[in-house]
Amino acid sequence: MNALLEVENLKVRFRSMGMLRALATRTSDPYIDAVCDVSFQVRPGETLGLVGESGSGKSTIARTLMGLNPAHSGSIRFDGRELTDLSQRSYKPFRRDMAMMFQDPVGSLSPRLTVRSLITEPFLIHGIRDRDRDVEAKRLLEMVGLSEEFAQRFPHQLSGGQARRVGVARALALDPRLIIADEPTAGLDVSVQGEVINLLARLQEELGIGMLVITHNLNVVRHISDHMAVMYLGRFVEKGPTEEVFYRPRHPYTEVLLSANPEPDPDARLERIEARGDVPSLMQRPPACEFHTRCPKAQEICSQVDPEVTTAEEGHTFRCHFPVNTPEDPDTDTVGAGSAGRSSRPG
Amino acid sequence: MTQASLQATTPERADTLLEVRDLSLDFGSPKGRIHALRDISLTVPRGRIVGVVGESGSGKSTLAYAIIRLLAENALVTQGEIFLDGRNLLELSPRQMRDIRGQRMSMIFQDPMTSLNRVLSVGDHMIDIQYRDSAPKAEKRRRAIEALGRVGIPDPEDRIQNYPHQFSGGMRQRICIAMAMLVEPALLLADEPTTALDATMEVQIIDLLKRLQQELGCSILFVSHHLGTVAELCDDVIVMYAGEVVESGSVRDIFHKPGHPYTQALLQCDPGRIREKTRRLPTIPGNVPNLLNRVPQGCIFKTRCPYVFERCHEEHPPSYDVDSGRVDSGATHTARCHLRDPAEASRDKEEGHLVQGGNEEGGRP
Repeated sequence: MNALLEVENLKVRFRSMGMLRALATRTSDPYIDAVCDVSFQVRPGETLGLVGESGSGKSTIARTLMGLNPAHSGSIRFDGRELTDLSQRSYKPFRRDMAMMFQDPVGSLSPRLTVRSLITEPFLIHGIRDRDRDVEAKRLLEMVGLSEEFAQRFPHQLSGGQARRVGVARALALDPRLIIADEPTAGLDVSVQGEVINLLARLQEELGIGMLVITHNLNVVRHISDHMAVMYLGRFVEKGPTEEVFYRPRHPYTEVLLSANPEPDPDARLERIEARGDVPSLMQRPPACEFHTRCPKAQEICSQVDPEVTTAEEGHTFRCHFPVNTPEDPDTDTVGAGSAGRSSRPG
Repeated sequence: MTQASLQATTPERADTLLEVRDLSLDFGSPKGRIHALRDISLTVPRGRIVGVVGESGSGKSTLAYAIIRLLAENALVTQGEIFLDGRNLLELSPRQMRDIRGQRMSMIFQDPMTSLNRVLSVGDHMIDIQYRDSAPKAEKRRRAIEALGRVGIPDPEDRIQNYPHQFSGGMRQRICIAMAMLVEPALLLADEPTTALDATMEVQIIDLLKRLQQELGCSILFVSHHLGTVAELCDDVIVMYAGEVVESGSVRDIFHKPGHPYTQALLQCDPGRIREKTRRLPTIPGNVPNLLNRVPQGCIFKTRCPYVFERCHEEHPPSYDVDSGRVDSGATHTARCHLRDPAEASRDKEEGHLVQGGNEEGGRP
């Protein structure tokens, strides 16, 4: 199937200081690269999970796809049409097909509007007047499993999970073909988290929507995405089929991230592979491999030579000089297989 | 309470640092009273880490704030006692309480961004917290630098002059921990200290708390909704639901043989425990009961419990010993569920449908 969304070598830069200051301090390159050479595809009915810590550029990618940040270089093709050189005005029709769910479920809803107004606002924005807004509101609420009476409520009268559902309804209003969900489960309790994930999965099955899910919750990514990409300081360090990445992470950062996921089992307190220190600032991007300052496997070459993108298996790529869990490595199942193999105890 | 009766009710067990007995707390609101905590009892032994888990609105943070007495003005403790070293904290004057805070007891808050004052340097914070000590300022500063080094801040001599905004979230939480630990408290209250942090920072903070606890020998009350971090860090666990302690026990008891249907459901819902890849995650259908002006009769979890039977609607379950089914104090693993009563033993065999798997419609209507 053809890709719905194709991103190639996308780069997003932000100015880090004003022109005068750059002149005064003789900074030739007063920019920071929030997203660096990122390439991926999303097919209809498929979910790509984007994971990484805060500041890794996940949300910047989402905003750039929606045309909220300009791309510096690279290409974004939606349904075969190039988006990077479009003006804001000509971007608008594409936002009908690509819907975004923002991070904060309550914060992204205007407190002065009722749920009915919130979920039918997209029709006004896109000048669709031939539909009855009450009928549409009812249809959308039903789709996300909320009863009709919610139409008259205001955002402060909703719980976190309900607000999330309203966010989903709003995103679905214009029958999008791609949904970009930024942290769809952040701030939700585990019992409610499942509801939102199941809702997205069901809608995807029914409507064949492509999804890009941004999250730092590895447990969520594992269950909802077909493919996943791991980001560190604006770069994809590893990308591949979700099962494959979980089972055999090749990049040390992925391994660190997977092992940083505390097991809800007191007997599984295992040896953990830890990254030293903190995520460096984008203003002082480490040379060559960005992760070498924290990497447990780093050697001299890591700070000198950019690692190449290597393909492990079909569609599984990583960017590292000293990958872990290589097939020749006898000690293959350290983290991914280890945690997958750890038996689930009867509750 | 008179001095004599205070003596009589003081916990005898020498290894108990904190004991909360039958604590109930209401919040006043324009619509009436919200019964936020009801009959909470717990003990924190010396040198142990006790976890408090529950979902949002279960009252776990309110409990922590009640212990350190930093509650909002509309909160009213209606009954109960909180003993620290045998002294009932609820009877202390604000001044006496102030002496305990930051001396015997300190707290780490959820958001390290807002719990530091942005116009004061880290050094100011760390010297200020030692205000009771008469040591010279240079000595306090030396201690502060040492504490920063101990929590893993690189170059503490230089960084101590920096301001909070010059640190990352994880570093700020380390500073908060360094401050809380600087007074060498007997009890550290940690209110969701890792929630605002990334995964790699989260495990670093957990490891740090574990290490500091061993070094200083203090007790920690660790409030969290994250089951993974609780399993990782805590010795004992208390599970709260809608303002009640529904189950308490050692960390292994809770995670391996949960006795209350709510605990069981909570564990089943955690995607971290689901090993098989699935697109349908389990949920707990229904809503938390409304605690405004009234408390539902009977069991608090009855509206969402798959095993519910007549007795649950009428009788509020006492804390049964999960192993023996007896209702008396001294049990280590207790659950507020009638199914733990030996008289109901035959019911326990029936396989109920605990959580709703694969259907999100059962959730919030």
